[in-house]
Amino acid sequence: MYTDVHAGDRRPAGWGDKIWSLGLLIFSLFIALWLVSLIGPVHDQAPLVFSLSWVPSLGVDLAFLIDGLSLLFALLVSGVGFFVSLYAAFYLRGHPLLKRFFLYLLLFMLGMLGLVLAGNLITLFVFWEVTTVASYLLIGFNHESASARRSALQALLITALGGLALLAGLILLGSVAGTYDLVQVLSSRGQVQGHALYTPILILVLIGAFTKSAQLPLHFWLPNAMAAPTPVSAYLHSATMVKAGIYLLARLHPVLGGSGLWLWILTLVGAATAVVAAILALRQTDLKLSLAYTTVVALGTLTMFLGSDASVAIAAAITFVLVHSLYKAALFMVVGIIDHQTGTRDLHALGGLIRRLPITFGIALAAGLSMAGFPPFLGFIGKELKYEGALAIAEEPLLVAIAAVFANALMVAVSATVALRPFLGKLPPTLASSREASAGLWLSPLVLALLGFTFGVAPGLVADTLVQPAVTAILGRPEVVKLKLWHGVNVPLMMSIATLLLGVLTFLMQRRIRDGLNRAARWLPSRMDRQWDRGLALFKRAAALHTRYLQHGLLQGYMAVVFIAVVATLFWAVFWGESRAGGFEMQFNWARLTLKEWAAMALVLSGSLVAIGCRAPLTAICSLGGMGVGVALIYLFFGAPDVAITQLLVETLFLVLVAMTLNRLPHSMAVRGTRPRYLHALIAVLVGAAVSLVLLAVIQQPLVSPTREYYELASVPEAFGRNIVNVILVDFRALDTFGEVVVVLVAALGAAALLRRHPGNGIPGYRDQGGPEE
Amino acid sequence: MNSVILQGATRLLVALILLFSVYMLLRGHNLPGGGFIAGLIASAAFILYALAWSMREAREALRISPVRLATVGALLSLGSAVPGALQANPPFTGLWLFLGGGDGEKGVPLSTVLLFDIGIYLAVLGSVLALFFTLEED
Repeated sequence: MYTDVHAGDRRPAGWGDKIWSLGLLIFSLFIALWLVSLIGPVHDQAPLVFSLSWVPSLGVDLAFLIDGLSLLFALLVSGVGFFVSLYAAFYLRGHPLLKRFFLYLLLFMLGMLGLVLAGNLITLFVFWEVTTVASYLLIGFNHESASARRSALQALLITALGGLALLAGLILLGSVAGTYDLVQVLSSRGQVQGHALYTPILILVLIGAFTKSAQLPLHFWLPNAMAAPTPVSAYLHSATMVKAGIYLLARLHPVLGGSGLWLWILTLVGAATAVVAAILALRQTDLKLSLAYTTVVALGTLTMFLGSDASVAIAAAITFVLVHSLYKAALFMVVGIIDHQTGTRDLHALGGLIRRLPITFGIALAAGLSMAGFPPFLGFIGKELKYEGALAIAEEPLLVAIAAVFANALMVAVSATVALRPFLGKLPPTLASSREASAGLWLSPLVLALLGFTFGVAPGLVADTLVQPAVTAILGRPEVVKLKLWHGVNVPLMMSIATLLLGVLTFLMQRRIRDGLNRAARWLPSRMDRQWDRGLALFKRAAALHTRYLQHGLLQGYMAVVFIAVVATLFWAVFWGESRAGGFEMQFNWARLTLKEWAAMALVLSGSLVAIGCRAPLTAICSLGGMGVGVALIYLFFGAPDVAITQLLVETLFLVLVAMTLNRLPHSMAVRGTRPRYLHALIAVLVGAAVSLVLLAVIQQPLVSPTREYYELASVPEAFGRNIVNVILVDFRALDTFGEVVVVLVAALGAAALLRRHPGNGIPGYRDQGGPEE
Repeated sequence: MNSVILQGATRLLVALILLFSVYMLLRGHNLPGGGFIAGLIASAAFILYALAWSMREAREALRISPVRLATVGALLSLGSAVPGALQANPPFTGLWLFLGGGDGEKGVPLSTVLLFDIGIYLAVLGSVLALFFTLEED
């Protein structure tokens, strides 16, 4: 359970694998470079907008918006994506399903890019769901493992549930703002916040963001998602998937943010998530799992800071997004390398690897120091900014500051655990044969860790180009962000020192703390994860129960329900509905009926009477056929030859088909029951009465039909046909007809499958394996 | 059924019915008829053949499997959406070509609409026969 499944049937990398990995590398590199080239224009000018009309009648466009915020996220998605692809190409080399893996990864990357670049609320939602589906495929990539399948399904259900809430929220938001266009929505803050629907919108959108970004109490899917291969974790949990919720919060900050509700929900949920996840992270002995919990810590911290609208707090959040993506991706890859080279990720089984994996150790140290917030890494700047931001939050500086210090101290401890424990101490004899990984594996984390160092030494590289435009985009006013390593001796520095002391202390006492936590955990109510399973089981039972009552499989029951519903609706419409026929007079003009019309009517009536009265099934079917012919005659007399022909043909074929069915039924079944069926008779009479009533009511109204006139006029000049019925079927409404033909086809296929006497017919080899014989 | 009269008459009738179905198909745009009706008529021909001779011989007379026929029909109908869509019109927009048309002469009308109707014809024929052949599977 502690290691990725490395299939035993490794094979040399084929051409397909190489083409896929190269293609993905080139694609992500190209996107990243293109985005870098946009930094200048976005910084100097207005946001860039591309738009394609999609569903104009609903105001939905396939629109893309590139401003400072989306540029930063898109750059992280494509840049980290590039390094992850490179890493994965080596990590999973020779995996039998490598091509599939890269396909999923590409799908995910596209979804993520579309999400962060979307310029329309609906476009954003569609890409949001693409990432949900793609992450399901990626998390469940080792689909032969039951736990991977469970984790994938859990992630899918939770994030899709949030997605539904988000969809509702976005639609409400769009209708309140009067447009789905993101730029216009973002500038309609007053209109939205003054609206009565503001609270529901906020709650729904936050549910979407919180489920995606693993906030309490739905945080548990993220650690479970570690069932994915390590490159996936490195990608999903650093720069992409879980940051989607954070991106959404930042994106909608201008329109939804700034209210008391926003501040309190985000601050409290974020702080609680950060603190609880930090404690949970200490409990883990699996390297990957402890990293996963620190991701939850980071997400909680980000949510907490996005609650504020102080520019320092926002700048802290944005800087931390960048910092976290760099070090977390690198650390996941380091854990992957350890796993790959030693076959385990368990802390207890690791140690003394410094001689064996010196390069990996260097990378782990660099990334870990950034995570712990040591100077001169970018992490230090991020942390100082966080403390400054926490103190700048006017409403609740103490809560935020304490939560931030606490979470950061535990992050120090976890980063020390991940970066030091596997490498120091005594080398267990089981690991004696471990060797350093190939360059392809350590190159990606090395570059990411070096970036964290470079940006720390020269923060000007990112302050002006990435962080400041993003902060400006969130706050909607020009901001100047200065990132500096040395701020002088001030309160944040004191807090930093306190953090480090606390973190080191925690690290040294980790074993004792973990034991204590484990003891305490026994007294806690069972974990959310378990509760989720219980809820899911309950849901399934409810579904089974209502299926048993509604889908009982008795055709007579279904038909009774359908007919009763029809009767009730029709009676309601005629007598009580809004458009009820207010006291129309029954007008019967018997004298106008001609002889042939009387004859057709007699045919219909006698056909139905015989069908009801007779015992022999064949007679009943034949008399039903006679009734059908009568109906066809009526169509013909009243000027609908096409319908009449169809009716006649259908009656004929129906007769033949049913007669053949009778032939196949056992004789005992073909005999009709002798028990009088009063209920059926009652339903039949009611249906007949209801339909007759409605028809009578309808023909009392004068027939005004602009559609008919239109077709009569347009049929010949526009469609070159004089048979209006046919012209409508094959030209004006061809799409409907096509749909109907597909229905006919599917119905025939379904019926044919049901009627097969030999279920295995046509499937080669089925019979030989003891398929059912007659 | 083993009736010489029926079998003899069927040989003639089936050909006539099939011809009639094509006639109904082609005239459908201006007079009562069309793909759906014509497809039902054509399936009646095969059903008659199967009743007079045998299911096996009817299957052989059809030559390809009815499900395949129905699928081809549905795909033909779908295909008729393409030319219109390629010209940036809504899918299924009818395109017409009047072969040999000139001043005052209408010529032979060919259209994507006709293609659509032929697709419907084949789809209906295939679907009904698929159902029928399964019923009398032996």
